Amino acid sequence: MSKNKDSLQNTLLVALAVSLVCSVVVSVAAVFLKPIQEYNKALDRKKNILMAAGLYEEGQSVDAEALYQERIRPRLVDLKSGDYVDQKADLYDQYQVAKDPAIAVHLNEKEDIASIRAIAPLSVVYEVLSDGKLEQVVLPVHGKGLWSTMYGYLAVMADGNTIRGLGFYDQQETPGLGGEVDNPRWKALWHQKKLRDGKGDLKIEVIKGHVNPEAVTADFQVDGLSGATITSRGVSHLVRFWVGDRGFRSYLTKLKH
Amino acid sequence: MSEKTKEIVLGPVFVNNPIALQILGICSALAVTSRMDKTLIMCLAVTAVTALSNVCVSLIRNQIPSGIRIIVQMAIIASLVILVDQLLKAYAFALSKSLSVFVGLIITNCIVMGRAEGFAMKNPPLESFLDGLGNGLGYSVVLIFVALVRELFGAGRFLGFQVFELNTEGGWYLSNGLMFLPPSAFFIIGLFIWLLRTWKKDQVEHEGAS
Repeated sequence: MSKNKDSLQNTLLVALAVSLVCSVVVSVAAVFLKPIQEYNKALDRKKNILMAAGLYEEGQSVDAEALYQERIRPRLVDLKSGDYVDQKADLYDQYQVAKDPAIAVHLNEKEDIASIRAIAPLSVVYEVLSDGKLEQVVLPVHGKGLWSTMYGYLAVMADGNTIRGLGFYDQQETPGLGGEVDNPRWKALWHQKKLRDGKGDLKIEVIKGHVNPEAVTADFQVDGLSGATITSRGVSHLVRFWVGDRGFRSYLTKLKH
Repeated sequence: MSEKTKEIVLGPVFVNNPIALQILGICSALAVTSRMDKTLIMCLAVTAVTALSNVCVSLIRNQIPSGIRIIVQMAIIASLVILVDQLLKAYAFALSKSLSVFVGLIITNCIVMGRAEGFAMKNPPLESFLDGLGNGLGYSVVLIFVALVRELFGAGRFLGFQVFELNTEGGWYLSNGLMFLPPSAFFIIGLFIWLLRTWKKDQVEHEGAS
């Protein structure tokens, strides 16, 4: 038996059989679980959109799916002109498009403050409706932190200038330090902040330390996270990039009028 | 439970702990212990993979040619890990997101491979299953201990519940930042080994002996 076991024939046979069984098990699992996984992923994204808009909180026992269907309408926007594009928003994957050198818009070093190199020419925006009227828009944003690219949503009121909320659904920053971007208390600081001043200059930023509530600039500033200078700077840059000229500036300007 | 089964299952928990005595599987112990819920899922995943891979390897142990045995074990373990990862993504999405790459890295966990090669290749399926279970539990005990200390002193929480009120939220407890970082797990594991060896003196390695 033991002699036979190590023969070339048996070696090949066992290798083949093991590979076959393993691959069947893995593929069956992948195929059968895919729908549930896709559903989870989509639901997670929807929850994050609702959270940025202040309509939902983690662990709340509301039907997020129904709430999303009722209040959120995804649209596609041309970043350069700021106009809506008549195309199905659900099917547009802007992070995939940004990787395609033929269509993606490349950013030069000076523009690329969020360190993302290229963006898609179009972007999905999520309109938040209240009784059929546009209440706010949720913009997908991303940019580099200390370790990771942080992906999140920035909710802006219909005036195109007042922030409703900011939240990240994917980031790998240091837990307890940069990871505190997920802290609800910190996220709450963004509420009611303004992007631009009366003259239209981009003013929003994350500063080091605490904001002085008396200062005239307090409306445009958010406390930095202590012990996470680079992550804080990353958040500041990515917000400034996405509401800036290369981001949603034209769209937000048109929204106001 | 017969005396032997008991020994196989409980032996690895304190007497022959894979982390504390064999110093295996340290890598993942550092990465996933910053929060208790993450740790518990990881323990469950590792225990399941170790037990099942032991059974599979043991079932075909008389057929596996010695020349390719490591690769065969690897293939089985890798498939099981992918299976576990897929299941987590489907049924525990939030946790699988926070565990990210570490579930996949169970493949490289030395405990799984070590038990397949060291035990399952020589023993029948039932015993191998119990051995896998026991070693998974041994791994879990250490991880849960580490996570307990890290979550409590790092975030002042236990399983997400606030135990110590943090000073950033108006409480009295100034959180220990080191606990958030992987190296703290090294100190805690060291402490655990020290405690264990004070209790079970025969685990102390004497100089010269190996």
